[in-house]
Amino acid sequence: MQLEEPYIKLENVSFSYDSVPVIEDLTFTVRKGEYLGIIGPNGGGKTTLIKIILGLLHPTNGVITLFGKDRHDFKEKHRIGYVPQRITQADKNFPATVFEVVRTGRIARLGFFEKFTKKDIEVVEHAMEISGIARYRDTLIGNLSGGERQRVFIARALASEPDVLILDEPTVGVDIGAQKTFYDFLASLNRDHHLTIIFISHDIDAVSQETKTVLCLNHNLVCHGLPHDLLNEHILNRLYGRHSRIVSHNTNKKE
Amino acid sequence: MVRAFEAGIAIGIVAPLIGMFLVVRRYSLMADTLAHVSFAGVAIGLLLKINPIFSAIGLSVVAAFGIESLRNSRRIFGESVLALFLSGSLAVAVIILSLAKGFNANLFSYLFGSISTVSTGDLLVIIALAIIVFLDVVFLYKELFFTSFDPELAEASGLPVKVINLMMVMLAAVAVAISIRIVGVLLIGALMVIPVISAMQYGRGFRITLILSVVFSLVSVITGLFASYYFDLASGGAIVLVALIFFILSLIVAKK
Repeated sequence: MQLEEPYIKLENVSFSYDSVPVIEDLTFTVRKGEYLGIIGPNGGGKTTLIKIILGLLHPTNGVITLFGKDRHDFKEKHRIGYVPQRITQADKNFPATVFEVVRTGRIARLGFFEKFTKKDIEVVEHAMEISGIARYRDTLIGNLSGGERQRVFIARALASEPDVLILDEPTVGVDIGAQKTFYDFLASLNRDHHLTIIFISHDIDAVSQETKTVLCLNHNLVCHGLPHDLLNEHILNRLYGRHSRIVSHNTNKKE
Repeated sequence: MVRAFEAGIAIGIVAPLIGMFLVVRRYSLMADTLAHVSFAGVAIGLLLKINPIFSAIGLSVVAAFGIESLRNSRRIFGESVLALFLSGSLAVAVIILSLAKGFNANLFSYLFGSISTVSTGDLLVIIALAIIVFLDVVFLYKELFFTSFDPELAEASGLPVKVINLMMVMLAAVAVAISIRIVGVLLIGALMVIPVISAMQYGRGFRITLILSVVFSLVSVITGLFASYYFDLASGGAIVLVALIFFILSLIVAKK
Protein backbone atom coordinates (compact mmCIF):
# COMPACT_ATOMS: atom_id res chain seq x y z
CA MET A 1 0.00 0.00 0.00
CA GLN A 2 1.33 3.36 -0.97
CA LEU A 3 1.63 5.77 1.93
CA GLU A 4 0.05 9.20 1.72
CA GLU A 5 2.10 12.38 1.86
CA PRO A 6 3.40 13.12 5.39
CA TYR A 7 1.89 16.36 6.70
CA ILE A 8 3.29 16.49 10.20
CA LYS A 9 6.41 14.63 11.19
CA LEU A 10 8.07 14.62 14.59
CA GLU A 11 11.44 13.00 15.15
CA ASN A 12 12.83 12.51 18.64
CA VAL A 13 11.03 15.59 19.92
CA SER A 14 11.42 16.49 23.58
CA PHE A 15 10.10 19.42 25.54
CA SER A 16 10.66 20.59 29.12
CA TYR A 17 9.06 23.34 31.14
CA ASP A 18 11.78 24.76 33.38
CA SER A 19 13.76 21.51 33.09
CA VAL A 20 10.70 19.41 33.99
CA PRO A 21 10.34 17.04 31.03
CA VAL A 22 6.83 17.03 29.56
CA ILE A 23 7.48 15.27 26.29
CA GLU A 24 10.29 12.81 25.86
CA ASP A 25 11.70 11.50 22.62
CA LEU A 26 8.48 11.54 20.64
CA THR A 27 8.49 10.28 17.06
CA PHE A 28 5.45 9.94 14.85
CA THR A 29 4.02 11.00 11.51
CA VAL A 30 0.58 12.26 10.55
CA ARG A 31 -0.27 11.67 6.91
CA LYS A 32 -2.75 13.22 4.56
CA GLY A 33 -6.30 12.06 5.18
CA GLU A 34 -5.69 10.70 8.67
CA TYR A 35 -8.16 11.09 11.48
CA LEU A 36 -6.00 10.83 14.58
CA GLY A 37 -7.12 10.87 18.18
CA ILE A 38 -4.61 11.73 20.86
CA ILE A 39 -5.38 10.42 24.32
CA GLY A 40 -3.48 10.39 27.57
CA PRO A 41 -3.73 11.48 31.18
CA ASN A 42 -3.86 15.11 32.27
CA GLY A 43 -0.35 16.48 32.36
CA GLY A 44 0.72 13.83 29.89
CA GLY A 45 1.71 16.48 27.36
CA LYS A 46 -1.24 16.48 24.93
CA THR A 47 -1.78 20.23 24.77
CA THR A 48 1.96 20.86 24.88
CA LEU A 49 2.35 18.63 21.85
CA ILE A 50 -0.25 20.63 19.93
CA LYS A 51 1.41 23.91 20.87
CA ILE A 52 4.74 22.60 19.64
CA ILE A 53 3.20 21.62 16.30
CA LEU A 54 1.61 25.08 16.05
CA GLY A 55 4.91 26.79 16.79
CA LEU A 56 3.60 28.36 20.01
CA LEU A 57 6.20 26.40 22.00
CA HIS A 58 9.63 25.42 20.81
CA PRO A 59 10.92 21.89 21.38
CA THR A 60 13.99 21.44 23.54
CA ASN A 61 15.21 18.73 21.17
CA GLY A 62 14.23 17.03 17.98
CA VAL A 63 13.13 17.85 14.47
CA ILE A 64 9.65 18.86 13.34
CA THR A 65 8.76 18.80 9.67
CA LEU A 66 5.50 20.40 8.53
CA PHE A 67 4.37 19.73 4.97
CA GLY A 68 7.89 18.77 4.04
CA LYS A 69 9.49 21.88 5.53
CA ASP A 70 11.51 22.25 8.71
CA ARG A 71 9.42 24.13 11.31
CA HIS A 72 11.74 27.15 11.08
CA ASP A 73 11.04 27.47 7.36
CA PHE A 74 7.33 26.71 7.59
CA LYS A 75 5.44 29.90 6.78
CA GLU A 76 2.10 28.65 5.45
CA LYS A 77 0.42 28.85 8.83
CA HIS A 78 -2.99 28.75 7.20
CA ARG A 79 -2.49 25.09 6.31
CA ILE A 80 -3.05 24.14 9.95
CA GLY A 81 -6.41 25.12 11.39
CA TYR A 82 -6.44 25.20 15.17
CA VAL A 83 -9.48 24.95 17.42
CA PRO A 84 -8.31 25.71 20.94
CA GLN A 85 -9.90 24.50 24.14
CA ARG A 86 -12.09 27.53 24.20
CA ILE A 87 -15.47 26.98 25.77
CA THR A 88 -14.38 27.52 29.32
CA GLN A 89 -12.54 30.73 28.60
CA ALA A 90 -14.15 34.01 29.37
CA ASP A 91 -14.80 35.69 26.06
CA LYS A 92 -18.46 36.07 26.87
CA ASN A 93 -18.29 39.83 27.00
CA PHE A 94 -16.07 40.34 24.02
CA PRO A 95 -18.03 42.51 21.58
CA ALA A 96 -17.60 40.51 18.39
CA THR A 97 -20.09 38.90 16.05
CA VAL A 98 -19.77 35.35 14.77
CA PHE A 99 -18.84 36.75 11.37
CA GLU A 100 -16.09 38.93 12.83
CA VAL A 101 -14.61 35.95 14.67
CA VAL A 102 -14.80 33.51 11.76
CA ARG A 103 -13.21 36.13 9.50
CA THR A 104 -10.02 36.07 11.60
CA GLY A 105 -9.43 32.66 10.02
CA ARG A 106 -8.48 34.46 6.79
CA ILE A 107 -5.79 36.59 8.44
CA ALA A 108 -3.13 33.88 8.16
CA ARG A 109 -3.51 34.16 4.39
CA LEU A 110 -3.33 37.95 4.25
CA GLY A 111 -0.39 40.28 4.70
CA PHE A 112 -0.18 43.30 6.98
CA PHE A 113 -2.38 46.18 5.83
CA GLU A 114 -4.11 43.89 3.36
CA LYS A 115 -7.87 44.12 3.32
CA PHE A 116 -10.30 41.21 3.16
CA THR A 117 -11.29 40.57 -0.43
CA LYS A 118 -14.61 39.44 -1.82
CA LYS A 119 -13.19 35.94 -2.09
CA ASP A 120 -12.20 36.01 1.60
CA ILE A 121 -15.74 36.89 2.56
CA GLU A 122 -17.14 34.10 0.36
CA VAL A 123 -14.87 31.55 2.03
CA VAL A 124 -15.93 32.85 5.45
CA GLU A 125 -19.62 32.58 4.54
CA HIS A 126 -19.04 29.06 3.22
CA ALA A 127 -17.18 28.01 6.39
CA MET A 128 -20.10 29.28 8.49
CA GLU A 129 -22.49 27.42 6.22
CA ILE A 130 -20.87 23.99 6.52
CA SER A 131 -20.37 24.49 10.27
CA GLY A 132 -24.10 25.17 10.61
CA ILE A 133 -23.78 28.61 12.11
CA ALA A 134 -24.69 30.78 9.12
CA ARG A 135 -27.88 31.96 10.82
CA TYR A 136 -25.83 33.31 13.74
CA ARG A 137 -23.75 35.51 11.43
CA ASP A 138 -24.49 38.75 13.28
CA THR A 139 -24.99 37.29 16.75
CA LEU A 140 -22.48 38.14 19.45
CA ILE A 141 -20.37 35.09 20.26
CA GLY A 142 -21.07 35.66 23.95
CA ASN A 143 -24.75 34.92 23.32
CA LEU A 144 -24.15 31.43 21.92
CA SER A 145 -24.23 28.11 23.74
CA GLY A 146 -21.06 26.09 24.28
CA GLY A 147 -21.74 23.81 21.33
CA GLU A 148 -22.54 26.69 19.00
CA ARG A 149 -19.45 28.56 20.05
CA GLN A 150 -17.35 25.47 19.40
CA ARG A 151 -18.69 25.48 15.86
CA VAL A 152 -17.76 29.12 15.49
CA PHE A 153 -14.17 28.26 16.29
CA ILE A 154 -14.24 25.35 13.89
CA ALA A 155 -15.65 27.61 11.17
CA ARG A 156 -12.86 30.05 12.02
CA ALA A 157 -10.29 27.30 11.50
CA LEU A 158 -11.99 26.13 8.30
CA ALA A 159 -12.02 29.68 6.94
CA SER A 160 -8.27 29.47 6.49
CA GLU A 161 -8.90 26.51 4.15
CA PRO A 162 -6.50 24.29 6.07
CA ASP A 163 -5.17 20.87 5.18
CA VAL A 164 -5.03 19.81 8.80
CA LEU A 165 -7.53 20.58 11.54
CA ILE A 166 -6.30 20.31 15.12
CA LEU A 167 -8.85 20.33 17.94
CA ASP A 168 -8.03 20.42 21.64
CA GLU A 169 -10.72 18.78 23.79
CA PRO A 170 -13.45 19.96 21.45
CA THR A 171 -16.37 18.51 23.37
CA VAL A 172 -15.65 19.89 26.83
CA GLY A 173 -18.68 21.96 27.76
CA VAL A 174 -20.79 20.59 24.92
CA ASP A 175 -23.85 18.63 26.02
CA ILE A 176 -24.11 14.95 25.08
CA GLY A 177 -26.83 15.36 22.46
CA ALA A 178 -24.76 17.96 20.63
CA GLN A 179 -21.64 15.81 20.92
CA LYS A 180 -23.04 13.14 18.61
CA THR A 181 -23.86 15.70 15.91
CA PHE A 182 -20.47 17.22 16.47
CA TYR A 183 -18.62 13.95 15.91
CA ASP A 184 -20.68 13.30 12.78
CA PHE A 185 -19.66 16.72 11.55
CA LEU A 186 -15.96 15.97 12.14
CA ALA A 187 -16.31 12.63 10.38
CA SER A 188 -17.87 14.30 7.36
CA LEU A 189 -15.08 16.90 7.26
CA ASN A 190 -12.58 14.06 7.15
CA ARG A 191 -14.52 11.96 4.67
CA ASP A 192 -16.13 14.48 2.34
CA HIS A 193 -13.82 17.48 2.63
CA HIS A 194 -10.65 15.35 2.79
CA LEU A 195 -9.47 17.20 5.84
CA THR A 196 -6.79 15.61 7.98
CA ILE A 197 -7.94 15.79 11.59
CA ILE A 198 -6.04 15.55 14.85
CA PHE A 199 -8.08 15.72 17.96
CA ILE A 200 -7.15 15.59 21.58
CA SER A 201 -9.54 14.07 24.01
CA HIS A 202 -9.72 12.51 27.41
CA ASP A 203 -12.81 10.66 26.18
CA ILE A 204 -11.38 7.25 25.24
CA ASP A 205 -14.76 6.02 24.14
CA ALA A 206 -15.23 8.80 21.63
CA VAL A 207 -11.70 8.41 20.31
CA SER A 208 -12.03 4.67 19.86
CA GLN A 209 -15.33 5.02 18.04
CA GLU A 210 -14.67 8.07 15.94
CA THR A 211 -11.04 8.20 14.90
CA LYS A 212 -9.16 6.03 12.45
CA THR A 213 -5.90 6.01 14.40
CA VAL A 214 -5.00 6.65 18.01
CA LEU A 215 -1.90 7.99 19.64
CA CYS A 216 -1.49 7.43 23.36
CA LEU A 217 0.71 10.00 25.02
CA ASN A 218 2.05 9.98 28.54
CA HIS A 219 5.28 11.98 28.25
CA ASN A 220 6.38 9.54 25.59
CA LEU A 221 4.62 7.49 22.99
CA VAL A 222 2.75 4.64 24.70
CA CYS A 223 1.01 3.43 21.57
CA HIS A 224 0.17 4.46 18.03
CA GLY A 225 -2.08 2.56 15.69
CA LEU A 226 -5.64 1.45 15.06
CA PRO A 227 -8.04 2.07 17.94
CA HIS A 228 -9.30 -1.48 17.85
CA ASP A 229 -5.85 -3.00 18.32
CA LEU A 230 -4.69 -0.60 20.94
CA LEU A 231 -7.38 0.22 23.39
CA ASN A 232 -7.17 -2.79 25.59
CA GLU A 233 -6.62 -3.03 29.29
CA HIS A 234 -2.91 -3.61 28.97
CA ILE A 235 -2.26 -0.36 27.13
CA LEU A 236 -4.61 1.64 29.32
CA ASN A 237 -2.79 0.42 32.39
CA ARG A 238 0.43 1.67 30.94
CA LEU A 239 -1.20 4.96 30.04
CA TYR A 240 -3.22 5.77 33.10
CA GLY A 241 -1.87 3.37 35.69
CA ARG A 242 -3.56 0.29 37.06
CA HIS A 243 -7.31 -0.20 37.41
CA SER A 244 -8.15 1.82 34.34
CA ARG A 245 -11.12 0.61 32.41
CA ILE A 246 -12.77 1.83 29.28
CA VAL A 247 -15.52 4.00 30.62
CA SER A 248 -17.13 6.90 28.91
CA HIS A 249 -16.87 10.03 30.95
CA ASN A 250 -18.14 13.37 29.93
CA THR A 251 -17.43 16.52 31.82
CA ASN A 252 -20.33 18.75 31.12
CA LYS A 253 -19.42 21.99 32.69
CA LYS A 254 -22.42 24.23 33.06
CA GLU A 255 -21.78 27.68 31.77
CA MET B 1 -11.38 78.36 21.91
CA VAL B 2 -11.38 77.25 18.27
CA ARG B 3 -8.01 75.61 18.83
CA ALA B 4 -9.40 73.77 21.83
CA PHE B 5 -12.28 72.50 19.70
CA GLU B 6 -10.04 71.31 16.92
CA ALA B 7 -7.73 69.56 19.36
CA GLY B 8 -10.78 68.20 21.20
CA ILE B 9 -12.21 66.63 18.07
CA ALA B 10 -8.88 64.98 17.24
CA ILE B 11 -8.67 63.58 20.76
CA GLY B 12 -12.33 62.66 20.83
CA ILE B 13 -11.82 60.39 17.83
CA VAL B 14 -8.54 58.83 18.86
CA ALA B 15 -9.17 58.22 22.58
CA PRO B 16 -12.00 55.67 22.22
CA LEU B 17 -10.32 54.02 19.21
CA ILE B 18 -7.40 53.10 21.42
CA GLY B 19 -9.60 52.72 24.49
CA MET B 20 -11.64 50.00 22.79
CA PHE B 21 -8.63 47.73 22.39
CA LEU B 22 -7.52 48.40 25.95
CA VAL B 23 -10.98 47.67 27.38
CA VAL B 24 -11.47 44.36 25.57
CA ARG B 25 -8.00 43.25 26.64
CA ARG B 26 -8.95 43.94 30.26
CA TYR B 27 -6.33 46.61 30.18
CA SER B 28 -8.41 49.66 31.05
CA LEU B 29 -5.98 50.74 33.73
CA MET B 30 -3.30 51.17 31.06
CA ALA B 31 -4.74 54.55 30.05
CA ASP B 32 -4.56 55.84 33.62
CA THR B 33 -1.05 54.53 34.06
CA LEU B 34 0.16 56.18 30.87
CA ALA B 35 -1.57 59.41 31.92
CA HIS B 36 0.40 59.47 35.16
CA VAL B 37 3.58 58.75 33.26
CA SER B 38 2.70 61.62 30.93
CA PHE B 39 2.27 63.81 33.97
CA ALA B 40 5.81 63.02 35.07
CA GLY B 41 6.78 63.89 31.49
CA VAL B 42 4.99 67.23 31.79
CA ALA B 43 6.80 67.95 35.05
CA ILE B 44 10.13 67.20 33.39
CA GLY B 45 9.18 69.46 30.49
CA LEU B 46 8.25 72.32 32.79
CA LEU B 47 11.47 71.85 34.73
CA LEU B 48 13.69 71.76 31.65
CA LYS B 49 11.61 74.48 29.94
CA ILE B 50 10.83 72.39 26.87
CA ASN B 51 7.32 71.94 25.47
CA PRO B 52 5.64 69.57 27.97
CA ILE B 53 3.79 67.76 25.18
CA PHE B 54 7.06 66.49 23.78
CA SER B 55 8.47 65.38 27.10
CA ALA B 56 5.14 63.74 27.94
CA ILE B 57 5.09 61.81 24.67
CA GLY B 58 8.74 60.82 25.02
CA LEU B 59 8.44 59.55 28.55
CA SER B 60 5.16 57.69 28.04
CA VAL B 61 6.44 55.91 24.92
CA VAL B 62 9.53 54.82 26.85
CA ALA B 63 7.32 53.71 29.74
CA ALA B 64 5.04 51.82 27.33
CA PHE B 65 8.07 49.89 26.17
CA GLY B 66 9.07 49.20 29.79
CA ILE B 67 5.57 48.05 30.71
CA GLU B 68 5.35 45.59 27.84
CA SER B 69 8.84 44.20 28.48
CA LEU B 70 8.13 43.65 32.16
CA ARG B 71 4.78 42.08 31.37
CA ASN B 72 6.31 39.75 28.79
CA SER B 73 9.01 38.69 31.23
CA ARG B 74 6.14 37.22 33.31
CA ARG B 75 7.97 38.01 36.51
CA ILE B 76 5.21 40.37 37.57
CA PHE B 77 1.44 40.24 36.95
CA GLY B 78 0.26 42.58 34.22
CA GLU B 79 -1.84 44.72 36.53
CA SER B 80 0.94 44.98 39.10
CA VAL B 81 3.19 46.36 36.37
CA LEU B 82 0.58 49.05 35.76
CA ALA B 83 0.34 49.88 39.46
CA LEU B 84 4.13 50.10 39.59
CA PHE B 85 4.35 52.59 36.74
CA LEU B 86 1.31 54.56 37.87
CA SER B 87 2.51 55.30 41.36
CA GLY B 88 6.16 55.38 40.39
CA SER B 89 5.70 58.12 37.84
CA LEU B 90 3.42 60.08 40.15
CA ALA B 91 6.22 60.01 42.71
CA VAL B 92 8.66 61.31 40.11
CA ALA B 93 6.24 64.07 39.13
CA VAL B 94 5.63 65.14 42.72
CA ILE B 95 9.33 65.27 43.53
CA ILE B 96 10.13 67.36 40.46
CA LEU B 97 7.26 69.69 41.21
CA SER B 98 8.30 70.20 44.81
CA LEU B 99 11.92 70.77 43.74
CA ALA B 100 10.91 73.46 41.28
CA LYS B 101 8.27 75.57 42.95
CA GLY B 102 6.70 78.21 40.82
CA PHE B 103 4.71 76.55 38.10
CA ASN B 104 1.93 75.42 40.38
CA ALA B 105 -0.66 77.58 38.64
CA ASN B 106 0.04 75.81 35.39
CA LEU B 107 -0.26 72.46 37.06
CA PHE B 108 -4.00 72.53 37.63
CA SER B 109 -4.60 72.79 33.90
CA TYR B 110 -2.58 69.63 33.28
CA LEU B 111 -4.41 67.71 35.96
CA PHE B 112 -7.95 68.51 34.89
CA GLY B 113 -7.63 69.93 31.38
CA SER B 114 -7.94 73.44 30.13
CA ILE B 115 -9.12 75.01 26.91
CA SER B 116 -7.27 78.27 27.22
CA THR B 117 -3.76 76.84 27.18
CA VAL B 118 -3.73 75.17 23.75
CA SER B 119 -1.24 77.02 21.54
CA THR B 120 -1.12 76.80 17.75
CA GLY B 121 2.04 74.73 18.02
CA ASP B 122 0.33 72.32 20.42
CA LEU B 123 -2.60 72.05 18.09
CA LEU B 124 -0.43 71.07 15.13
CA VAL B 125 1.36 68.42 17.17
CA ILE B 126 -1.92 67.07 18.53
CA ILE B 127 -3.57 66.84 15.13
CA ALA B 128 -0.55 65.34 13.38
CA LEU B 129 -0.13 62.64 16.02
CA ALA B 130 -3.84 61.96 16.19
CA ILE B 131 -3.85 61.34 12.44
CA ILE B 132 -0.93 58.92 12.79
CA VAL B 133 -2.68 56.99 15.57
CA PHE B 134 -5.95 56.98 13.62
CA LEU B 135 -4.34 55.63 10.44
CA ASP B 136 -2.48 52.96 12.38
CA VAL B 137 -5.71 51.69 13.87
CA VAL B 138 -7.49 51.78 10.50
CA PHE B 139 -4.77 49.97 8.59
CA LEU B 140 -3.94 47.42 11.29
CA TYR B 141 -7.55 46.90 12.31
CA LYS B 142 -7.68 43.18 11.53
CA GLU B 143 -4.38 42.48 13.31
CA LEU B 144 -5.34 44.55 16.36
CA PHE B 145 -8.73 42.89 16.52
CA PHE B 146 -7.31 39.38 16.22
CA THR B 147 -4.56 39.84 18.82
CA SER B 148 -7.07 41.41 21.21
CA PHE B 149 -9.60 38.66 20.68
CA ASP B 150 -7.24 35.74 21.05
CA PRO B 151 -3.48 36.29 21.21
CA GLU B 152 -2.71 32.59 21.08
CA LEU B 153 -4.72 31.96 17.94
CA ALA B 154 -3.21 35.09 16.43
CA GLU B 155 0.28 33.78 17.12
CA ALA B 156 -0.61 30.35 15.72
CA SER B 157 -1.73 32.17 12.57
CA GLY B 158 1.71 33.71 12.23
CA LEU B 159 1.05 37.22 13.55
CA PRO B 160 3.90 38.84 15.51
CA VAL B 161 1.75 39.26 18.60
CA LYS B 162 4.40 40.79 20.82
CA VAL B 163 5.25 43.43 18.24
CA ILE B 164 1.58 44.26 17.73
CA ASN B 165 1.01 44.50 21.49
CA LEU B 166 3.98 46.78 21.89
CA MET B 167 2.76 48.97 19.06
CA MET B 168 -0.70 49.07 20.61
CA VAL B 169 0.67 50.28 23.92
CA MET B 170 2.86 52.87 22.19
CA LEU B 171 -0.13 54.18 20.27
CA ALA B 172 -1.95 54.39 23.59
CA ALA B 173 0.99 56.32 25.03
CA VAL B 174 0.83 58.87 22.21
CA ALA B 175 -2.95 59.15 22.42
CA VAL B 176 -2.79 59.79 26.15
CA ALA B 177 0.04 62.29 25.93
CA ILE B 178 -1.71 64.43 23.31
CA SER B 179 -4.94 64.35 25.32
CA ILE B 180 -3.76 65.67 28.65
CA ARG B 181 -3.82 69.33 27.54
CA ILE B 182 -7.57 69.23 26.98
CA VAL B 183 -8.79 66.43 29.22
CA GLY B 184 -6.16 66.36 31.94
CA VAL B 185 -4.05 63.64 33.50
CA LEU B 186 -6.66 62.48 35.96
CA LEU B 187 -9.50 62.20 33.47
CA ILE B 188 -8.04 60.97 30.17
CA GLY B 189 -8.46 57.38 31.32
CA ALA B 190 -12.16 58.06 31.63
CA LEU B 191 -12.45 59.44 28.09
CA MET B 192 -10.75 56.33 26.72
CA VAL B 193 -12.88 53.90 28.68
CA ILE B 194 -16.36 55.36 29.35
CA PRO B 195 -17.50 55.89 25.72
CA VAL B 196 -16.35 52.33 24.96
CA ILE B 197 -18.23 50.68 27.80
CA SER B 198 -21.28 52.80 26.94
CA ALA B 199 -21.14 51.53 23.35
CA MET B 200 -20.69 47.95 24.55
CA GLN B 201 -24.07 48.11 26.31
CA TYR B 202 -25.84 47.88 22.96
CA GLY B 203 -24.54 44.35 22.32
CA ARG B 204 -23.30 44.96 18.80
CA GLY B 205 -20.26 43.63 16.98
CA PHE B 206 -16.76 45.04 17.29
CA ARG B 207 -16.83 47.47 14.38
CA ILE B 208 -20.19 48.97 15.24
CA THR B 209 -19.27 49.20 18.92
CA LEU B 210 -16.08 50.99 17.93
CA ILE B 211 -17.96 53.49 15.74
CA LEU B 212 -20.57 54.06 18.47
CA SER B 213 -17.86 54.73 21.03
CA VAL B 214 -16.28 57.35 18.76
CA VAL B 215 -19.69 59.01 18.37
CA PHE B 216 -20.27 59.07 22.13
CA SER B 217 -16.79 60.39 22.72
CA LEU B 218 -17.08 63.15 20.12
CA VAL B 219 -20.45 64.33 21.43
CA SER B 220 -19.05 64.26 24.98
CA VAL B 221 -16.01 66.28 23.99
CA ILE B 222 -17.95 68.90 22.02
CA THR B 223 -20.69 69.30 24.64
CA GLY B 224 -18.12 69.31 27.42
CA LEU B 225 -16.03 72.00 25.72
CA PHE B 226 -19.09 74.21 25.20
CA ALA B 227 -20.05 73.82 28.84
CA SER B 228 -16.50 74.50 29.86
CA TYR B 229 -16.42 77.68 27.76
CA TYR B 230 -19.76 79.14 28.82
CA PHE B 231 -19.69 78.18 32.49
CA ASP B 232 -15.94 78.44 32.99
CA LEU B 233 -15.50 74.83 34.08
CA ALA B 234 -12.42 72.60 33.88
CA SER B 235 -12.79 71.04 30.42
CA GLY B 236 -11.74 67.52 31.42
CA GLY B 237 -14.36 67.37 34.14
CA ALA B 238 -17.10 68.68 31.87
CA ILE B 239 -16.24 66.21 29.07
CA VAL B 240 -16.11 63.21 31.36
CA LEU B 241 -19.37 64.18 33.08
CA VAL B 242 -21.14 64.24 29.72
CA ALA B 243 -19.57 60.86 28.87
CA LEU B 244 -20.85 59.53 32.20
CA ILE B 245 -24.36 60.74 31.43
CA PHE B 246 -24.15 58.86 28.11
CA PHE B 247 -23.07 55.77 29.97
CA ILE B 248 -26.00 55.93 32.38
CA LEU B 249 -28.44 56.55 29.53
CA SER B 250 -26.92 53.62 27.61
CA LEU B 251 -27.34 51.36 30.62
CA ILE B 252 -31.03 52.27 30.80
CA VAL B 253 -31.78 52.31 27.07
CA ALA B 254 -29.94 49.11 26.22
CA LYS B 255 -31.31 47.16 29.16
CA LYS B 256 -32.98 44.07 27.78
